[in-house]
Amino acid sequence: MIHARNLVRTFKTKTGPVEAVRGLDLDVREGELIAFLGPNGAGKSTSVRMLVTLLPPTSGSANVGGHDIVADPAGVRRAIGYVGQKTASGAYHRVREELVNQGRAQRMTGEAAKKRADELLGMLELESLANRDCASLSGGQKRRLDVALGLMHTPRILFLDEPSTGLDPHSRANLWEHILRIRRETGMTIFLTTHYLDEADTMAERVMIMDNGRMIADDTPEKLKADLAGDTIRLILSSDAQAEAAQTAAATLPDAREITREGSAMRVTLSHGEAMLPRLITMLKERGVEVAGANVTRPTLDDVFLGLTGRSLRETALAA
Amino acid sequence: MAFLNDTLLSFRREIGPTMRSWYYILFGVIQPLLYLALFVPLLGAMPIGAQGSPLQWFVPGMVVMLVLFTTVSCGWSLTEELMSGSFERFLATPMSRPAMLVGRALKELAPLLVQAILLIVVAVPFGLTLHPLTMLVGLALLLVFCIGVAALSYALAIASKEDGSLFYLVSHSVALPLMLLGGVLLPMEIAPDWLYLASRFNPLAYLVEAERALFAGELFAMPVLYGLVTAAAVAVVGLWIGALTVRKASL
Repeated sequence: MIHARNLVRTFKTKTGPVEAVRGLDLDVREGELIAFLGPNGAGKSTSVRMLVTLLPPTSGSANVGGHDIVADPAGVRRAIGYVGQKTASGAYHRVREELVNQGRAQRMTGEAAKKRADELLGMLELESLANRDCASLSGGQKRRLDVALGLMHTPRILFLDEPSTGLDPHSRANLWEHILRIRRETGMTIFLTTHYLDEADTMAERVMIMDNGRMIADDTPEKLKADLAGDTIRLILSSDAQAEAAQTAAATLPDAREITREGSAMRVTLSHGEAMLPRLITMLKERGVEVAGANVTRPTLDDVFLGLTGRSLRETALAA
Repeated sequence: MAFLNDTLLSFRREIGPTMRSWYYILFGVIQPLLYLALFVPLLGAMPIGAQGSPLQWFVPGMVVMLVLFTTVSCGWSLTEELMSGSFERFLATPMSRPAMLVGRALKELAPLLVQAILLIVVAVPFGLTLHPLTMLVGLALLLVFCIGVAALSYALAIASKEDGSLFYLVSHSVALPLMLLGGVLLPMEIAPDWLYLASRFNPLAYLVEAERALFAGELFAMPVLYGLVTAAAVAVVGLWIGALTVRKASL
C-alpha cells in the first residue's frame, strides 16, 4: 500500500541546509495500522507530507496506493484521506457544507457527497452540529470533523498526522474509539504519526520509530520492547548481603543485563520477565535467600527509544 | 471540465458565508452610494468630457477603482486558511490548483461587480447615459483583469504567509502607484510628459482607457482592443504565478 525508497527532504534555511528526512525506506501492507513515532523534529511530518504529495521529495521515490508520488500526485490524492496537524475545516463554513465540499473536491457527485456526509455525521457523532459554523466547535469536535473530512471519499489509506495532540484525555479516548471502529468496519490502512507513546503502543500493530530524519526501528510494539528494552524484575530482600547474593544468582539467568542494587533491593533487566521471576525465586530459595517482595515491570516504548538513542522520548518532547 | 467544476466548487464554498451575513450585503450596497454622494457632486464642475455629462468619463474610473482596490488585498482572506489546515486540506485533494484560485477570486469579484452595476444604475439619474451592452463588456473585461490581480494577491499572501504586515506593505506600495499612474481618477493626458510616458508601461492605464471607450458606447475601438490584450495578459501571467506559488503553500 505504501512503499518508500530512500526518500530525502532537505530544507534551505538561513543557517544552511537542514536534512529533515535522510533516506527513508518503508513498506506498509494493506490494512495495517502503523504508528510513526518520534520526538518533535524527527522528520515524521515531513515524511508524511511527502507521502501525501504536499511536499515534493528532494530525492528518492515513493508509491502510495499504487501511484507514484511524483509522477501521479492526483492519483495519490484520490487514494488517500489526509488529516493534517491543524484544523481542516474553514472557520466560517458550516459543518455539513464542508463535508459535502470535501466530497466534491474528491470528485464525488453531489448526491453521493450528501449521503456520505450524513453517514459520517452519524458515525462521528456530529449530527447535532451539522448546521453550525465550524469555528463554534470544541477542540474534540473539530478533530472528529477533521477525521470525517479525511474519510469522505472512503479512501483506502488514511494518514493521520498527530490526530490527538492538544486534546483532553476524554476527547482523545473518544476520537480513538471512532477511528478504531471505522477501521474494524472498513479494513482501511492507517498511517499515524504521534509523539504519544501510549497511543502508539496500544493502537498500532507496527511501530516505526524515527529520530533525526532516519528510521531507527520498525516492528511490533511487543517485539521492539522485548528486543530493545526487556522486562525488569525487582526483588526486595531482607538484607544488603542477601541482595548481593540475589545479584549473583540473577547474573546466571539467560539474557540478563543491567543488574543493579539499591540497599536490600535489586533489579535485573531481561527478556521474558514473567517466566524468569519464579525461576529466580526458586534458585534463591535453594541458596537459602528468602525473597520478601517481587514485581515485574513491562517496558514502554520510551524504554525502547531510550535503549536506541540514549535519550528519553518524554524528555525530548518536553524540551521541544 | 474538471477546471470548471473545481472553479465552481471553490466559488460556491467561499460565497456561502458571505451570503449568510446581512451586514456584509448591507455595506456592499452602501459603498457605491457613498461614492456617488461624496464624489459625484464634485464632478459636475470638472472640465472633462467634451460631450455629455462628466459622469460618462468618471464612472468607469470609479468602477475600476471600486473593484480593483478590494481585489488587490483579497489575498489577505487566504491567510487565515493558510495558517489553519483548511487550504492544505484542499491541496491534498485532486482539485485543480488554478481553479482553487479562480473560484476564490470570483467570490471576491462577484459582490464587487454587483456594486459596480449598482453604481452605474444609480448614476443614470445624475446624467450618465446607459450603454448596456458595451458596459457589460466593460465589466467582463474588468473581471478578467481582476482575476489575474487576485491570483497575484493570493501569490503574495502565500509568499508572505508568516508576516501579515508584509502583505499589506507590498500590496499597497504596488497598488497605489499603479492606481495613480493608471489615470483612474484624472486623465493622464493632462500629466507632464514623463508621467504620461510612465503610464504607458502600466497595464492598468490600458484597461481604464478601454473601460472609458466602452462606457461611452464604443465597442470596435483601438483602446478596447488594447484593453482586451492587457486584461488577458494580466490574467494569464497572474494565474501562472499564482499556480506556481500554490505549490509552495504547503511547504
